[in-house]
Amino acid sequence: MSRMPVEARAQIDDARLIALLERMLLIRRVEERLGEEFKAGSLPGGVHLYIGEEAIAVGVCAQLADTDWIASTHRGHGHFLAKGGDPKAMVAEIYGRKTGICRGMGGSMHVADVSKGILGANGIVGAGISLMTGAALAAQLDGQGAVAVCFFGDGAAGQGVLMEALNVGALWKLPLVLVCENNGYSEYTRGDAVTAGVIADRAKPYGVPGVVIDGNDIFEVWQATAAALGRARRGQGPTLIEARTYRMRGHIEAEAAFLQGGTYRSQEEIEHWKQHDPIDRLARGLQADRVIDSDALARIEQRIGAQVQGAFEFAEQSELPDIAQVSEYMFSGQRP
Amino acid sequence: MARQRIIQAVNDALIEEMARDPKVILFGEDVEIGLFGDTRSLHAKFGPARVRNTPISENLLTGMAVGAAAAGYRVIAHLMFANFIYTGFDSIANQAAKLRFMTGGQLRLPITYIAVYGGGKSIAAQHSDTPYPLLMNLGGINVVVPSSPADAKGLLKASIRNDNPTFFLQAGGRGGEQGEVPEGEYLTPLGQAEVKRGGTDATIVAIGAMLRPALRAAESLQKESGLSVEVVDPRSLVPLDEATILASVAKTGRLVVVDEARDRCSAASHIAAVVCDKGFASLRAPVKRVTVADVAMPYAPSLEKLVFPDTQRIAAAVTEVMQYGRS
Repeated sequence: MSRMPVEARAQIDDARLIALLERMLLIRRVEERLGEEFKAGSLPGGVHLYIGEEAIAVGVCAQLADTDWIASTHRGHGHFLAKGGDPKAMVAEIYGRKTGICRGMGGSMHVADVSKGILGANGIVGAGISLMTGAALAAQLDGQGAVAVCFFGDGAAGQGVLMEALNVGALWKLPLVLVCENNGYSEYTRGDAVTAGVIADRAKPYGVPGVVIDGNDIFEVWQATAAALGRARRGQGPTLIEARTYRMRGHIEAEAAFLQGGTYRSQEEIEHWKQHDPIDRLARGLQADRVIDSDALARIEQRIGAQVQGAFEFAEQSELPDIAQVSEYMFSGQRP
Repeated sequence: MARQRIIQAVNDALIEEMARDPKVILFGEDVEIGLFGDTRSLHAKFGPARVRNTPISENLLTGMAVGAAAAGYRVIAHLMFANFIYTGFDSIANQAAKLRFMTGGQLRLPITYIAVYGGGKSIAAQHSDTPYPLLMNLGGINVVVPSSPADAKGLLKASIRNDNPTFFLQAGGRGGEQGEVPEGEYLTPLGQAEVKRGGTDATIVAIGAMLRPALRAAESLQKESGLSVEVVDPRSLVPLDEATILASVAKTGRLVVVDEARDRCSAASHIAAVVCDKGFASLRAPVKRVTVADVAMPYAPSLEKLVFPDTQRIAAAVTEVMQYGRS
C-alpha cells in the first residue's frame, strides 16, 4: 500500500476543473431525483445510488475516450454519466421506457452505451472484471492505445476472478485498470468483517502496482488514474487502484422497508463522511482558488437543474416498450 | 473430399476460419499444444497474439470471451471438458447469454465456446457430463452438437461466423469414426436438421454421438424385423429445427429420442414435449426417451456401458413404440 503526493491539481486547467465539478453535480442531482422518485413510487425497480462516490467515476472517466472501455457495477449511474452517457436515455431506461438507452430491457443495474465504450453496469458483483480483461486483450491486439477500466466494489474483492484477472493481466501486460471503490460496506456488512487485509495489496504478488487513494479527493483519483493509464498505454500492464470512499445512501433505496428498523451503521459515521463530501470539497477548493465564484456555481446548478428536469420529463412521457422487442434482442441476425 | 476424423475436421475448420478472418482469436487451457488435436498447429500458424494458453481460470476466460467479443473480436474459447463450464458459468449464463438482450441489442457477441462432452471414456463423473440441456435453457446461447466429421467442420465454421454466443460440443474420445469431409469452404447452417436415413414406421431423433448407435439400431431393426426406421440428426439444439422433426413424425407416427444427457430436463424431454404439443395428432404411440438415468457417470467401464444408451436399448425402445396398442 502506498500513497501518492497529489500534484494533479496543478496539471488540470480551470475549464476542465469546472467541467469535472459540473459532471459530479450532474450525477448527484440526477441521483437525488431518482431517490425522490423511488420514494414517490414512480420507478418500477430499485436503485443503488452512487451519492458520495462521484469523484471516482468522474476523475477516472474524464481521462478516457469513447474508444476506451469501462465496465461498472450495480451502482452504475455515476460511471454511465461520467463517461458521457446521455442522462435522458439513462433515466428513461430506469423508467423502463422504449427510449431508454437499453430500450427498457436492462434498467438501473444494466445501463450501457456501447457507442461510448460503456459496456454497462452489471448486476453480478465482480463480473465486469473478466469482461474488461477481455476488452483489454482486444485493445492490446488492436494496438491503438485503448484501455479497459473496470469499476468494482470492495465486495468484489471477495470474488476469485479478481485474482485470475491480476494473474492474466500481469502475464500478458494487458492495458487494464482495476478501480476498486471501497465504500466500506458489502451490502449490509462492514467491509472489515468480510475482507481481510488491504485490497490494493492483492496486486502485489502478481507484480502489479496497487495503490490506496482517497476516493473523495478528485485530484488523488485523477493522479492515480493518469499513472495507471500511462502504464497501460505503454504496455506495462495493469494497475489496481483502491479508492476509499463512503456510500452516503443505503445499499439500495428500498432498504429501510425491509431492514424494519435494523441498522448496520451509525448516524455518527454518516455525519462524519458528510464532512468529506467529494463535491463540497472540490467546490470549496475551486472557490478558494478563485477558479469559480458563487454566481458561476449557481449558474451551473441552474443548468443542471434544467437538464435533470428535462431528463425526467422525457422519461415520464416516453412510450413503453413493446413485446416484440423481447425476442428481437435475444439473438443478432435472422433465426431459422 | 477427404476421409477424416471429427477432431481433424475441427482442426481444419479452425485453421480455415483463422486464416479467413484476422479478427478470429482463440484461447483456452493447453490450446497451444492442442491436447485433443483440435487446436494443433494453430499457435505455430497464427502466432502467440491470436492463439493463447490461459491459466486454469475458467471463471475469467468465459468472461474474457465476452469482453473481447464486445470489443470487436470473433472469439473461440476452448474449455476443454464440458464439465468445466460449471466453473465458468457466471459469464456464460449471466453475461454471454444476456448482455445483448439487456443492452437492447447494442452488442453482437460472436463467441464460440468449444468443449468436449459426454461419457464412454471411463474418466468418471467430473469429466463425462453432457450439459447441453442447461445451456439450452439459458435462452441466448446457440447449442451445436455435430455427429459426423463433415458436420463438425460445417457447423463449426458456421458457429464461428455466427454473431451470437454458440456452444460447440464435440463428443470426446468418440470422434474416432471417419467420414468424408468436403475440402475448403463448407458451411452447415445452424437450425437445419438432417434426415440421416429415410423410413416410414418410426422416427429416431439422435443427438451427437448417439447417431451412430441409432443408425445401427435402425439397420438391425430393418434386418431382423423388416421395420423402416427414419433417423433424424438435429445438428443444433438451439436453434432447433422443429419442422423437420415434426414432418418425420407426421409420416411415421412414432418417435424415440436418443440423448446422452441425464433424463430429467434433457434435450430428449424437450423434443418429446415439442412433438407432443405440435404433433399430437400424428402420434400413434407415446414418445420414448433413451437417455442416461439420473445418476452421475460411473467410473467402472462395466457400469458406464450399462448407464449409456446403446444400440440394444434404442432398438428395444423402437420395438416398444411399434407394439403400442397392438397387444
